[in-house]
Amino acid sequence: MNGTNGAPAGRIRLTGFGWRHAGRKAWAVRGVDLRVERGERVLLLGPSGAGKSTLLAALAGLLPEDSGEREGELDLGGLRPGIVFQDPQTQLVMSRAGDDVAFGLENHGVPVADIWPRVDEALAVVGFRYGRDRSTAALSGGEAQRLALAGALALHPSLLLLDEPAANLDPAGAAQVRAAVRAILAAGDTTLILVEHRVADVLPLVDRVVVLEPGGGVAADGPPEVVFATHGAWLVERGVWVPGHPVTVPGSAGPARPAERDRPLLLRADRVSVPGRLSTMDISVPAGEAVAVVGPNGAGKSTLALLLGGLLAPGAGTVTATRELAGALSGRPPHRWRAAALARRIGSVFQNPEHQFVTARVRDELALGPRRTGAGEAAVKSIVDDLLVRLRLDRLALANPYTLSGGEARRLSVATALATAPRLLILDEPTFGQDRRTWVELVDLLAKLRDDGRGVVAVTHDADFAAALADRTVVLAGGPPGSPAPAGRAVAAAGATTGGATGATTGATTRGATGATAGATAGQRSARP
Amino acid sequence: MSAAAGLADQRAVLARRNPLAKLAAAALLGFSLLFSLDPLTPALALAVDLAAAPLFGVSPRRLGRRYWPLLVSAAGVAAGQLLFTPAGVVDALGLGLRVLAVALPGVVAFASTDPTELADALVQNAKAPARFAIGALAAFRLMPLLADEWRLLRQARRARGVDAGWNPLAHARLAGSLAFGLLVGAIRRGVRLATAMDARGFDSGHPRTAARPSRFTRGDAALIAGAALAVAAIVAISVAAGAYRPIVS
Amino acid sequence: MDNRRWRTVDIVVAAVIAVAFGVVFYAWDQLWNGLESAFPGFPPLRALLNGVWFLPAVVGPLVIRKPGAGLFTEAVAATIEALLGAKWGLATILYGLMQGFGGEIPFAATGYRTSKLPTALVGGLLAGAAGGLLDVVLYYPTWSGAWQIGQVAVSAASGMVITGLGGWALTRGLAQTGVLDRFPAGRERAAV
Repeated sequence: MNGTNGAPAGRIRLTGFGWRHAGRKAWAVRGVDLRVERGERVLLLGPSGAGKSTLLAALAGLLPEDSGEREGELDLGGLRPGIVFQDPQTQLVMSRAGDDVAFGLENHGVPVADIWPRVDEALAVVGFRYGRDRSTAALSGGEAQRLALAGALALHPSLLLLDEPAANLDPAGAAQVRAAVRAILAAGDTTLILVEHRVADVLPLVDRVVVLEPGGGVAADGPPEVVFATHGAWLVERGVWVPGHPVTVPGSAGPARPAERDRPLLLRADRVSVPGRLSTMDISVPAGEAVAVVGPNGAGKSTLALLLGGLLAPGAGTVTATRELAGALSGRPPHRWRAAALARRIGSVFQNPEHQFVTARVRDELALGPRRTGAGEAAVKSIVDDLLVRLRLDRLALANPYTLSGGEARRLSVATALATAPRLLILDEPTFGQDRRTWVELVDLLAKLRDDGRGVVAVTHDADFAAALADRTVVLAGGPPGSPAPAGRAVAAAGATTGGATGATTGATTRGATGATAGATAGQRSARP
Repeated sequence: MSAAAGLADQRAVLARRNPLAKLAAAALLGFSLLFSLDPLTPALALAVDLAAAPLFGVSPRRLGRRYWPLLVSAAGVAAGQLLFTPAGVVDALGLGLRVLAVALPGVVAFASTDPTELADALVQNAKAPARFAIGALAAFRLMPLLADEWRLLRQARRARGVDAGWNPLAHARLAGSLAFGLLVGAIRRGVRLATAMDARGFDSGHPRTAARPSRFTRGDAALIAGAALAVAAIVAISVAAGAYRPIVS
Repeated sequence: MDNRRWRTVDIVVAAVIAVAFGVVFYAWDQLWNGLESAFPGFPPLRALLNGVWFLPAVVGPLVIRKPGAGLFTEAVAATIEALLGAKWGLATILYGLMQGFGGEIPFAATGYRTSKLPTALVGGLLAGAAGGLLDVVLYYPTWSGAWQIGQVAVSAASGMVITGLGGWALTRGLAQTGVLDRFPAGRERAAV
């Protein structure tokens, strides 16, 4: 697709366009009629499964003939496409930033003398803060995405395609990406087609909204206000985050909450720290309460989740489980318990659900925990059946866990943690990349668990989630050196105080490996088309 | 998990030589020793290696600290020889030293080589197919991520009640499960990475240019020649001392 | 449509498989280092487990099914091991190439059209034999003929069982997860 820059037409035309991936029965996208003029800024919306990512891939020329079946016409009008995907780490090819940007230029046979000036220019436009020699593995999510943008930009695309570029990023990173996109748009009349979940954030960047219907072409097309006014409710129902339609979570303020005195302490961390990943802090976790742990990337939220989950030994300090939680094991710290004993008392839900899959069928996944912790076959069967229904997984009972969509995989990972009936549940970024429907379900489910007298700890940078669910919020200060200090928001629902987080902006707090990878790998399965 | 690369100080005299030259020199020094069984030849070679290592920016002390398992392996081979074959102490010593002498040059060469430089040299100087070299380089970049993921996968399994304790069979099953999980994640990432590379024109059939020119100079040729000379000298000394014992006698 | 040509995704995934195995081997190495040094080990006995090391040579062709897959995957795996500081230095690469070649042969013989079990078994066997042969030539030249043959045989058997059978089962499992959908092995499962 070598377009010539400055082509007079520059009008994208799709007529009855459809695509079916090889090996699938359903069409990923079908019957799409669309015209986009040069310089327009389009937001592509639609529920999961509507084919948004497939459409972008088609526009970028990334659907080779042998990988599926095509229908209809697609004409780029001479525009040269550049595309950026949602996972930063699987877009960066080289280990040094400058080399990565130069990669595209090398591929297009650009003479050496021209390569490095263009690299520097692209890095400057996106506001990349470091030099050419910066290691790509050492970048935060936001920085990495900016680098990916620079890589696409260096090729001077006239059509910029963004497939959920901020989905895997924390709010700070997402803001960085938006700033970079704004800078790119300001520099020329690039046509933009953007897919994004959290609509409100990107509304200022676009002037047109196109809504795709699963298997049914374009459902709506026009200026944002008009589209949201006419189709807002329909979109909300299908799980799209529409601005102006706030989330109401049923049951989060339920009357069945245990009283203050019925909330015995389950777990306590005293002056724990992990060198290089988490600075000294304390936290106590009672039953019947939901605690949210918030803070910027790099502050050590995931590390704390591992500590509380008995999966990591603290460098200093102690994690103590009370008799209430641990019974006879309360003398030993959780990280020294056998795995079966741990699973029965503390359940951990990881950021990337796929990390926890062990078997080949959803049914077996659910049965694994109970079997490992010694339940009889009859008990196992009833637990499995119950969970399948409760989490709407019954249809998928025999499916391979890795074939599940993002929302389904998330539900499965929560279900497997619940299968061993732990008293305490610890979740790492449970709402990452989830659509609205799953989001609401999760909040509802966790609220019910809390009302039942269990403890819930959720590590998150989703402020709405914390606001909707948390009785108490713990703020972890500190972050990667050079980042702005967090505003120390204490978002509490039922008049709570923030737990102690000693040690303010410790410049020495480097991004722990877990934190970094977690950011990069989460949302791998988010809202697939 | 740190790669061997990065162990070296890049400012050292020979560190900036062309990677292919370094590897060729190392291969010469390493392989030519495989043809004798006496202890003198590898001992001489080791002396050369240890003397040359600082020139490549690798200090023998750091080598020792990082590669102590190598010493253990060598001792193991020697001990195995002593225990299970009729060979004598001298033979066993020779074999043990041989293990070290074969491994060390390669270690030093790789320790002072950056993977990107190696790929560039392979493509530009050795005329290796660019798509394969760069494709492999791109995959190699994912390694630290995969290493982190291994750790995460273990923790995730522990959280699900799966651990191995002391039972070797359970260990094997856990390892298999971890390996499978890692492969799934790795392949997924690989597919995405390939798509991103194609998006930037990787498979376009266009002849590639090189942003980082790699040169093979006379200095590099001299390095290889020097290694060849060293090998010749070592063998000569060994033969002269009457210690040389070829494999095929 | 020339389907002998390697697509980008073929190259990258073959390399990624090699990298993943590299991580696995490194992790296992760390684990077994202690044990190995305790028992200098009776090499033919240790060779029973050798099959693990040849997995890239067979899983590569099973997944990628293009000419040179065994060689390329093993070459990358070996280079990675060497870069990480493998104990055998550059000899690792030689092992990789020989093993890769061994794994490649049966796939070449069947025209790269199949990922069936027999092909995998033969590939594992040959890769194992190659590894065993190199062991004998490079490290155990002083042994008697019988022991040398024994070493090669055990290595080959390990290759057949662990590499061939294990690799084949592994590939089938991977196909079930949907992660191989861009490859022939993945497309052979029923349309979903």
